[in-house]
Amino acid sequence: MYVYADNAATTALSPKALEAMLPYFTETYGNASSLHSPGQRAAEGLLWARETVAAALGAEAREIYFTGCGSEADNQAILTGAALGARKGKKHIISTAFEHHAVLHTLKKLENEGYEITLLPVHENGVVTAEDVAAAIRPDTALVTVMFVNNEIGTVQPIADIAKVCREKGVLCHTDAVQAVGHIPVNVKDLGVDMLSLAAHKFHGPKGVGALYARKGIALVNVIEGGQQERGKRGGTENIPGIVGMAAALQEATTDLEQHMAYVTGLRERLIEGLSQIPHSRLNGDREKRAPGTVNFCFEGIEGEGLLLWLDQKGVAASSGSACTSGSLDPSHVLLALGLPHEIAHGSLRLSVDSWNTPEEIDHILQVVPEVVRYLRDMSPVWDELERGVTPHLI
Amino acid sequence: MADKALIAMSGGVDSSVAALLMTRAGYECLGVTMKLWAGETAGDKTCCTADDAMDARSVAMRLGIPFYVFNMAGEFDRQVIGRFVRAYEEGLTPNPCVDCNRYMKFSRLLEKGRTLGCDVIATGHYARVERDAGGRWLLKKAVHGEKDQSYVLYMLTQDQLAHVRFPLGGLAKDQVRALAEENGFLNARKRDSQDICFVPDGDYAAFIRGYTGRDYPAGDFVDEAGHVLGRHEGIIAYTIGQRRGLGVSGGRRLYVARKSLRDNTVTLTDNDRLFSRRLTARDINLIAFERLDGPIRCRARIRYKHAEQPATVTQTGPDELTVEFDEPQRAIAPGQAVVLYDGDTVLGGGTIWKTEEL
Repeated sequence: MYVYADNAATTALSPKALEAMLPYFTETYGNASSLHSPGQRAAEGLLWARETVAAALGAEAREIYFTGCGSEADNQAILTGAALGARKGKKHIISTAFEHHAVLHTLKKLENEGYEITLLPVHENGVVTAEDVAAAIRPDTALVTVMFVNNEIGTVQPIADIAKVCREKGVLCHTDAVQAVGHIPVNVKDLGVDMLSLAAHKFHGPKGVGALYARKGIALVNVIEGGQQERGKRGGTENIPGIVGMAAALQEATTDLEQHMAYVTGLRERLIEGLSQIPHSRLNGDREKRAPGTVNFCFEGIEGEGLLLWLDQKGVAASSGSACTSGSLDPSHVLLALGLPHEIAHGSLRLSVDSWNTPEEIDHILQVVPEVVRYLRDMSPVWDELERGVTPHLI
Repeated sequence: MADKALIAMSGGVDSSVAALLMTRAGYECLGVTMKLWAGETAGDKTCCTADDAMDARSVAMRLGIPFYVFNMAGEFDRQVIGRFVRAYEEGLTPNPCVDCNRYMKFSRLLEKGRTLGCDVIATGHYARVERDAGGRWLLKKAVHGEKDQSYVLYMLTQDQLAHVRFPLGGLAKDQVRALAEENGFLNARKRDSQDICFVPDGDYAAFIRGYTGRDYPAGDFVDEAGHVLGRHEGIIAYTIGQRRGLGVSGGRRLYVARKSLRDNTVTLTDNDRLFSRRLTARDINLIAFERLDGPIRCRARIRYKHAEQPATVTQTGPDELTVEFDEPQRAIAPGQAVVLYDGDTVLGGGTIWKTEEL
């Protein structure tokens, strides 16, 4: 048995999304900007997708801008917030220390350009509060950007409360909802955010397509200059198959969402209970305020990398944190942001399951992970020292 | 084969329902949105030509009719924006919607429709077209007066009237919205457009300055006797009858009476001196008859939201009408249209050229 438990990294394409996409490769291949009928059919596909995505998010079609990925949507939202603020002399941006790098690196770039960035520390439970945000807002704050669901530990941030604080203080509010959309209810009007990013491949849509919701009245700043695609806000011929696939996948994911959430939460709870049995282990992030399918554990005395390699051999696809940073040997910035020491943060395991996973797969994970942890600890000089009392256990 | 109709679709609910009704009436329809201006952002307010075109496409898609966007920005710039700006510079108060109907929708778009084999053009205007016993085409008010738009259509010629359809002429706005809802049009609740489309924030002076790149020098506010009352910010910033934002405190309420390009003055006056009884109109169009052989009694409207008033109208030249109201009218603004009514029927109208003081 091989279990795919890395759905926070990416998901399989849903058959429904694939089916929706296929005609746009071979039959309805027109350019949506073309005048002729093939172009019109493509434009209709694009429009259907826009209306479908808008409906799923509680937005209007004209508030949805398709992008090439979630990162692009994050970039565009933040650069827009920065530019709109700068016009009014506001050059301060608030975010958190555990955002995705699409956000952190964009903020770094802005910092080099003269913006002032406040990265809020994260509470030990992996949550930032609206009070934290309110306390950081200054008269020159242009934008607050806080992720909805953390990609590594799965904690859910109180975005509606944060957006309310922003609204009261007249500050734009963006949320990177890449890990939220399709997994928990996301309604932009209920949340009250000004901008929101999403990516198709996180909810069984295709890779290479994302979207940005921007509330009516927000004049987006282009990341890609070009033609009049996306009402002039994102140049480049539209990836119609991808966009249609995104809409079909989102429609599917948000239909019966409550049922899916209940099912996935059940799987997650079994994982948490099972893995908590391993001695000197720790669940990272709040026990309750978390996305249905993501768990993140630290196991003292072992390296995350070795764990993942062995799990792969034993038939479990997992990750130590964000796949986007797995090339680096540094401990996760997310876990460090929670206040975990380096040696603990090194040994983390993220398992992300969703409604495609079965109870049998959870059984398999719960059988394999303790075996591998035991095996690695037996070989580990660090564990040996901990067990002999040379160094004290931290967890 | 069904008659082909071009539907001028703005993306709003009215023209969307017009398209629906034309398809129901059996026409082979073609939806068209005119791209009229570049749609650049004005401050934080996004202009929404592209969004509106998207809304129109959404409706066309639901109706299963072909949809095209015609880029007519160059012509709109010449025929509508250019005229608007020049008129303002000349101290007039233009109505660009009248010009847009006249030069764009019912001439250029109608012509384009003909080249595509469309014999008729339909729009979402609230007005009616009928034919009288003598074979003359008549323009009439909408059945529900509160939405009537016949005022901005007074310049339609006999040939144009023969080829236009106003499917909403007999409907009330809530009926139109209900039809839009029933048919799943996403724009069913979209609010009506209020301002001039290319000046979405309503700041005409800023638009004109930005458009021409010219500076309109400050000058004097003067009273009727020529005494200086204060400084104005350039004559394009004022409208006849305006009271607010003048920044002149004379101990009495003062209103803009006239704007003089010659000496760059804006004349302010008391409210009761804003009234005049007579106006002359040029650039006229008569619908109900070829010409006026003698004075007629009718009702005249001097701006879009004006309640029409009884008047006597005389044709005083091949292209000139004189309108004498029974009661003096407030703030008649040269550049606006005067439209003549006999009951529901639009007799004709023209552009107000000058007014005669009391």
